[in-house]
Amino acid sequence: MYQLLFFVFAGAAVGFAINLLLQRHPIHSALSLIGVMASLASLYLMLGAEFIAAAQIIVYAGAIMVLFVFVIMLLNAGEEERTQRSRFAKYLGLPLILLLVTSMAAVIYRQVPQDAMVRFGDFPGRTADIGRRLFLNYLLPFEVVSIVILVAIIGTVVLARKDSETEGPGKAVVSEK
Amino acid sequence: MVPLSYYLILSAILFTLGVAGFLFKRNIVTIFMSVELMLNAVNLTFVALSYSLRQLDGQIIVFFVMVIAAAEAAVGLAIIITVFRNRESLNVDRIDLMKL
Amino acid sequence: MLSEYFSAVDFLVLKPVILLTLFGVGVMLTDLLLEERHRYLSAVTALVGLGFAGVQMWMIQSQMRQAEVNELEAFRGAVRLDHFGIFFFWIFLISSAIAILLAIRYLEIEQEHHGEYYALILFATVGMILLAIGTDLITLFVSLELMVISVYILTGFLRRDRRSNEAALKYLLLGAFSTGILAYGMSLLYGLSNSTNLEEIAFAISQRPAGDPVVLLAVITVATGLFFKVGAVPFHQWLPDAYEGAPTSITAFMSVGPKAAAFAFLLRMFMLPLGPAREQWLPLLIGVAVATMTLGNLAAVSQSNVKRLLAYSAISHVGYILLGLVSGNDTGLKGIAIYLLVYAFMNMGAFAVVVAMRRRDLIGDEIDDMAGLMYKSPTAAVLMMIFLLSLAGIPPTAGFLGKYFIFLSLIESQHFTLAVIAVLYVAVALYYYFRIVAVMFMREPVDWELPTLAPGIRIALGVTAAMTLIIGLYPEPFIQIVSRTVLP
Repeated sequence: MYQLLFFVFAGAAVGFAINLLLQRHPIHSALSLIGVMASLASLYLMLGAEFIAAAQIIVYAGAIMVLFVFVIMLLNAGEEERTQRSRFAKYLGLPLILLLVTSMAAVIYRQVPQDAMVRFGDFPGRTADIGRRLFLNYLLPFEVVSIVILVAIIGTVVLARKDSETEGPGKAVVSEK
Repeated sequence: MVPLSYYLILSAILFTLGVAGFLFKRNIVTIFMSVELMLNAVNLTFVALSYSLRQLDGQIIVFFVMVIAAAEAAVGLAIIITVFRNRESLNVDRIDLMKL
Repeated sequence: MLSEYFSAVDFLVLKPVILLTLFGVGVMLTDLLLEERHRYLSAVTALVGLGFAGVQMWMIQSQMRQAEVNELEAFRGAVRLDHFGIFFFWIFLISSAIAILLAIRYLEIEQEHHGEYYALILFATVGMILLAIGTDLITLFVSLELMVISVYILTGFLRRDRRSNEAALKYLLLGAFSTGILAYGMSLLYGLSNSTNLEEIAFAISQRPAGDPVVLLAVITVATGLFFKVGAVPFHQWLPDAYEGAPTSITAFMSVGPKAAAFAFLLRMFMLPLGPAREQWLPLLIGVAVATMTLGNLAAVSQSNVKRLLAYSAISHVGYILLGLVSGNDTGLKGIAIYLLVYAFMNMGAFAVVVAMRRRDLIGDEIDDMAGLMYKSPTAAVLMMIFLLSLAGIPPTAGFLGKYFIFLSLIESQHFTLAVIAVLYVAVALYYYFRIVAVMFMREPVDWELPTLAPGIRIALGVTAAMTLIIGLYPEPFIQIVSRTVLP
């Protein structure tokens, strides 16, 4: 049963990811990415990481991807055009990627002990334990991350706000060239 | 029951797909989404390892990676908006004012 | 009180960082209250913040000396304040201060004078400091991102300038990509060692058999991520565009502060957790170092834009610094430390001159714009010449010192071919540095616009030029400081 669920969600994740690459319009890619994240959230549940699964849905799929979708809609980006793709990408691209993935998979498969199994139950800890460890051992990164968020907010306002005097592509300044 | 290596291989596949998307797609937003796919793959690795090592540290790292990804996404999208404002195109081949 | 979570040592080590954060927020508040023409007060506030942080660190240093303690560990092993970290702290402080000084008039001309600039520099400095004293994967990762995200924003700060947008975009995309690769490498390190602490990872790797493929994969991914951050070949693609398009005061900042921080991170990673795997990464490192020197020097020869030339020259310097890691002995590490210190001054000085060239109608970053600078403003021309000589590594300027130690370390560790190659490239570099000098001194000026020598720029030029000459003429005390840094 566990195996079946694993293959269903894993297959879904890979399927959505491949779809992300194959789609031409960014909105379809965004929706595929959301599919990947949902499948991953299910896999996290199967690994016993309830807090992370919830965070994945709420933060990643629910906030970050929504932001992506907003921007795609806002910019009204059209379909990807067929630009001149280099020969390198067309012919060497796929084989190189396959090579990369098979070598990584081979390394992992050989080195991980055969008896390391994942089963439902037997989980490392509960959400309360996460909280305790977070504030005991990882207090410093936690505080630093709040500065990161502040910086992100400053950044988005500084960069993306509407300037009252200058608006629109006509008023762009091209410094030389 | 599923071997741990299956999870790790899955994350390697997703990671590689993200790398492929970054290298071969032409739309800036899609390129950026491929990076998010890579980070998701990394998160999966951490959670799977956290299970097998019987520790919660991996899950805590995932928490931090998610927050950082959110911050980066916000700033990245803001920069994409500024590029688009001055230029009207989101094709990465068209964005080459500065050449070798 | 909260003694289980937060102890006195934690607070002590964190004081400079807390001050900088508070001042960063404070700058944004003062910026709200100030009118356009008093905006420079935000810059002053930021500088005061840097001053306070410096004073705090000085007090911490004297406390450490009194207690005869060489390092302070805090936050349950997440950070370690040792001489290495303190040395880098001072480099960051100086580079941030100069970046602030250079910006005041520059941003006014660009009509993008906002206080957020200064706040972001302070936050970036926080990230850099924590990056230099971190000993835990998570702390390092989060601090790296704090620094880097601040710099992405600063790179794109000139919102209406297409080159600035493009620079920020390329930097961000490639930066995010490398963060992903680095994070994957970190996951492998975590899996190998069951810990995120660098020391424990080092121990776990040393227990692994030699030639372990997982270790190799971890080394490759982590090294790739780190090489991206410092701009080594073939992961340097973002650097010339980011340097050329960013506001010049930020290019100055980027080329020194964040670069030194990235190197501190790289050094810690290569010496600590990846240290036991040295045989596995040494050939990779040698290849990257040689490729970096080659591309940096050769590409700089054909540049017509000063910022782009200095960007490629920065790449070449990265190659030299990596050579210090190749030799890996004490002299090599001393060389890296001295190189980064000296580089801070001479590179910021050169960029300060380029900032001064920006006037109302003229961008001023082409080499041709500097024609006949000798006749328009002899001070600027002579200072630029000093900085360029130092970058090339000519004694008695400070730049010679860094290269000297690196080459010495290569010879000490029997890497004679590499030493020869490095010296040959110094000769190549002379060509493109002297090209600028020739244009300044021997061509007729195209126009009679004088460079803007605003007070901030004057101070910056004075400090950088003075240090470039002082360190070059009187190196002993600096060599001593650096020796203490390196001996772990």
